[in-house]
Amino acid sequence: MNNIIAITKRELRGYFDSPVAYIVVVVFLLVSGWMLFSSLFIMGRADLRPFFSPSPFSPSMLLVILSAAITMRLVAEERKSGTLEMLTTMPIKDSEVVLGKFLAGLGLLASALLFTAAYVLTVAALGDLDWGPVISGYLGLLLFSGALVAMGIMCSTWTSNQIVAFIVSFILGAGLYYIYWLQFFLPEFIAPIAEYISVSFHLDNMARGVIDSRDVLYYLTITGGSLFLAVRSLEQQHA
Amino acid sequence: MAESQVLVEAQGLAKRFADFEAVKDLSFSVKRGEVVGILGPNGAGKTTTMRMLTGYLEPNSGKACIGGLDVSKERLKAQRMLGYLPENAPLYDEMMVVDYLRFVAEIRQLDPATRQQKLRTICERCGLMDVLGKDVGHLSKGYRQRVGLAQALLHDPDLLILDEPTSGLDPNQIIEIRKLIKELGQDKTVLLSTHILPEVQATCDRILIISNGKLVADDTPEALTAGESGAVIQVVVKSAGALEQEAARLRELFEKVKGVGRVESQEGEGNGTLGFRLTAQGNSDPRAELFGCAVEHELVLLNMNKERVSLEDTFRSLTLGEGESHE
Repeated sequence: MNNIIAITKRELRGYFDSPVAYIVVVVFLLVSGWMLFSSLFIMGRADLRPFFSPSPFSPSMLLVILSAAITMRLVAEERKSGTLEMLTTMPIKDSEVVLGKFLAGLGLLASALLFTAAYVLTVAALGDLDWGPVISGYLGLLLFSGALVAMGIMCSTWTSNQIVAFIVSFILGAGLYYIYWLQFFLPEFIAPIAEYISVSFHLDNMARGVIDSRDVLYYLTITGGSLFLAVRSLEQQHA
Repeated sequence: MAESQVLVEAQGLAKRFADFEAVKDLSFSVKRGEVVGILGPNGAGKTTTMRMLTGYLEPNSGKACIGGLDVSKERLKAQRMLGYLPENAPLYDEMMVVDYLRFVAEIRQLDPATRQQKLRTICERCGLMDVLGKDVGHLSKGYRQRVGLAQALLHDPDLLILDEPTSGLDPNQIIEIRKLIKELGQDKTVLLSTHILPEVQATCDRILIISNGKLVADDTPEALTAGESGAVIQVVVKSAGALEQEAARLRELFEKVKGVGRVESQEGEGNGTLGFRLTAQGNSDPRAELFGCAVEHELVLLNMNKERVSLEDTFRSLTLGEGESHE
């Protein structure tokens, strides 16, 4: 446990000692703010759906890009610079390394989400806000971010090239994101599968204010599965 | 030999990579308190061997034991007993030295109560007090190597494994790092690899020579430099006449000296000087007799020194046929 915290602290420090964390937070705030308020005034309702629910161009899509960007270096860079050798020869489990890095990546995205509370409070001041969808929406975005960060770390363990890690995890994330809207073009028997595996389908449910255990389970499965594969991939290097 | 005396034991270690066998059936052991050098040309399998000992690579067959623990089966326990400095000291460049060492202290789970004191002692010992606030990436190679050593020493391990600790350093830095390693060798077991021959002679109690993934020698530096034939003595004499005739005359003269075996002419130092290379018979040291001979024949002796059969010769003869070039 202490090892996990040590890794998380180091990675968070890395984010916040460099411009990375500030760029991520500011870009997310600006873009999601613009997305929210540009439609808020047109609709004229105190509704945060444009912020929480996925669409081909929405804050959640931005999270897909940002998660790939912040996770690409987590393992790939250590592999390239040789520090992974140093780390693996210290008494620390591969699972602790992966979990520590996962918590740091999720922590960064969570802090970006935390700052958007300012938007929620602004909207709440403008009109009568239904808090149910806000709470389930945030929970949804957090689970969604976790799944994407885990996938990003998994991709980062596969290569020592950060660009490759970014591209692969972006394609994976964007694929699972956009397949929700592409299902209409797919054969009828595949469409339900496509819908189920889509990261945006489950987020859409939660943005409506429904906390369904199936959606939660979906994200936890993706997160756990990706982290498991990441650990396996690190173990592979011993072989 | 008591079991507990043996700290490192490699039993039939072998490692295959996709297209070649890096290490083949390698066995050796290191006793507590020894400073052992692994010597070999580049690509001989030194780094692979060390990686198997430290738990970074899993051997395809055989096993590596540290303090009686099988590294593959009880990796974390074995790793607690060793400090490892990989080649080129891979460190987190963007961290400050002090932050980096604190991070390692956390991973090594040093007792928080004494952590600060311990960090201080190690930093003083490795001469890092002046650079604590600098980014690791901005350090010179010498300081980088010291941070790497500090990192390996932080938890006071029994065993230090150092992969080419002096590669890429300038001569001053090399001497400093060697001095540090020698100091460390007084109370720790050290296993270091290098392809620089004088280095092992300067620092190690025992030498393992690896070639093509196999162990070809395991002995003390003295034994490896003794050689089968006797000592070689280089002599430079000022020539009294025509060089060719003088050389022939002196060769005959030297051959008669007691204890001298073979005599060969070699390059002098120019300016009418003649050089000779004399091989002593058996264990004799004929330098006194040579000096007497020079006085007797009124030769102007400019230089005479005994050359050990160099480790280089032993190394070359043991690792010959190696495809790769080495320094």
